[in-house]
Amino acid sequence: MKTIKLILGIVLIGTVLFSCSKEENLDEDFRNANVAGTYLQMDQMARPAINTVFVSSGSKDAFNTTIPSEQNAAFQAMFQANLQGLSPAFANDTDANALGLTAEAFSGFLSTDVLNVSTVGTTTFFDGVNVLTGRALADDVITVELLLIFGGEDFSENPGLSDDHVDANDVAFLPEFPYLAAPH
Amino acid sequence: MKNYKKLLGIGSLLIAGLILIAADHIDAPAVQGGTSDITDFYAFQGEGNNSIVFAANVQGLLSPSSTSSAEFDENVLIEFNIDNTGDNVEDLVIQAIPRDGVMYFFGPVAPNSTGLNSTILADNTMQGSVDITSYGGNAIVGTNAGLSYFAGPRDDPFFFDFAQYSAIIGGTATSFNNPGSDTFAGTNVMSIIVEVPKSMIGNSGTINTWVESKRKQ
Repeated sequence: MKTIKLILGIVLIGTVLFSCSKEENLDEDFRNANVAGTYLQMDQMARPAINTVFVSSGSKDAFNTTIPSEQNAAFQAMFQANLQGLSPAFANDTDANALGLTAEAFSGFLSTDVLNVSTVGTTTFFDGVNVLTGRALADDVITVELLLIFGGEDFSENPGLSDDHVDANDVAFLPEFPYLAAPH
Repeated sequence: MKNYKKLLGIGSLLIAGLILIAADHIDAPAVQGGTSDITDFYAFQGEGNNSIVFAANVQGLLSPSSTSSAEFDENVLIEFNIDNTGDNVEDLVIQAIPRDGVMYFFGPVAPNSTGLNSTILADNTMQGSVDITSYGGNAIVGTNAGLSYFAGPRDDPFFFDFAQYSAIIGGTATSFNNPGSDTFAGTNVMSIIVEVPKSMIGNSGTINTWVESKRKQ
């Protein structure tokens, strides 16, 4: 019976190996790792494609090195100008997207680049019900963003620009840790 | 009128000089194409719903042939930031840094200081490590105190018809194709993934999270 369980366990684990043997020597390992020193910020991100879409070309390094709590004050106006330049769905100041957010409100929301993640329920960028409660691997985040940028109040505006029609990854994700698929 | 608005929009876009690269792949001059270039960030509920998975990808657009030689940089710290008080300032961090084929993890724990400069929290008791998975090898998973760790090459989970978007931005196309073509199909990234029990990141109901790369000075 034990053997059967063992075999079953190995089959379930599949191609994933677990290495726990190092734990006993962790402290020594860490002492030997020599990780002392100061580490200075180079890049940061939370929601996908924020810096690439909404930050002007000369300011991208500055955005990467502005802490989130100071991003809104520094970048909201730039975000709004670029959003309204990008999308005819925000041509008028009263235009809004499907979240009911005007260009000013939407850029105000996005310019603090943090990912909101629920710790008590579904985690998804958007699944038709839940909005911005996380980012799962299979979420079609680009189409969600395109819809919120180009789709107007009811997702009906600019249909040619509001969906890239790539709806899923090229390979399947794993149901258990590490979740991301093996490399090509 | 709608067409006019659209033309106006695209014209303004060109003037603004916006070029969308990808999720965060090669997003800015100081990091693009380098070992500190974050390509993507995911945070989602883990299997069993009692944990949150944080995944950071760096060094995007790796072809299969170039993946075997891709390495994490020992001078680059990847730091997951967690704000559980709603002020967009990190209350907890999870740090990951490689040494000699092993990825070391510290946290979740309060940082010594918030903001752009970090020191590694090597003295706290929340520690773990995992051997970095080699290209072509089976995924190696490390575990400690309820956390799971992975570091190594993975398929880039990002999908987007970036080529057609570029054509639209460039003025040679006016809409996406249906079906589109995934520009990131067949490419790899270097991934750092950690799964953390929800009980370790606060009971606020929601967190704000982001990931940073930081280079040793």
